[in-house]
Amino acid sequence: MSAPARAESLARLERLVAALRAKGLVSEEELAAMQARTDRASPEIGARMVARAWLDPTWRALLLQDGAAAAERMGVSMAGAPPLGVLENRPGLHHLVVCTLCSCYPRAVLGYPPGWYKSFEYRSRAVRDPRGVLAEWGTTLPAGTKVRVVDSTADYRWMVLPMRPEGTEGWSEDQLAALVTRDALVGVALPQVPARAAA
Amino acid sequence: MSDPAPTPAIHDMGGLSRFRCSAVERDEAPPDAFGKRVDALRQILAQKGLMTVDELRRGIEAIPEPEYFALTYYERWLTSITGLMLEKGVVTPEDLA
Repeated sequence: MSAPARAESLARLERLVAALRAKGLVSEEELAAMQARTDRASPEIGARMVARAWLDPTWRALLLQDGAAAAERMGVSMAGAPPLGVLENRPGLHHLVVCTLCSCYPRAVLGYPPGWYKSFEYRSRAVRDPRGVLAEWGTTLPAGTKVRVVDSTADYRWMVLPMRPEGTEGWSEDQLAALVTRDALVGVALPQVPARAAA
Repeated sequence: MSDPAPTPAIHDMGGLSRFRCSAVERDEAPPDAFGKRVDALRQILAQKGLMTVDELRRGIEAIPEPEYFALTYYERWLTSITGLMLEKGVVTPEDLA
């Protein structure tokens, strides 16, 4: 697990905030409001976008053409956020998203990146040994599937549109969205139908 | 096993053999209070036109290798943000003393 910040760093942060506050550049209210806004973004938004794409071809086309416009359509503010590209998995082609340089992540629709996404191991290995990384998540792709690894950058963020699992015919958007995990949206996992729910 | 070419900079980690044999530690914890506060501060400073993401990155990527590895993720951010605010004269070293 990532180590907690040192006391020295906590003090350094408070000195900086105090200096900015003294100059009227930042207030505690602004900090609290921004943190609350950031906390509200979660993978449930991305999952909803995917479930809708599985049900509605027009929405799917919009999502693939302009992910940020689709997110705005869901009520997500993309002001100041970089463009959002959506990578369509299909039979024989799987996508995996990484940010090798740091931690670029579609935060507006997935929330904070998890610790492992920012780890040195994921950043270095996702491009060199993507199938090995997938195996650590217990993800095995059908034989012959090509893996395309996409590097998220400061200027362009990516999320995956996974394939709709079999056995979900007739499911509602809510039911489908519940299958789409954050890991499936990054590409390290595939949406799974719980054994109980499968016909 | 060695890399075919020298690694240009420490943050450029794609394919780095140093981590070739290490499993990805499945750290799922959300940022702690310190991390969330640094994160919110960065967004506010960006909103006010006091810094950009590219500047944040330049500051992070300029951290010398030993320190880069020793600091936590949001400590690297704080190092960069503080450096930028000093560089731009938004705050002075005396303000932070």
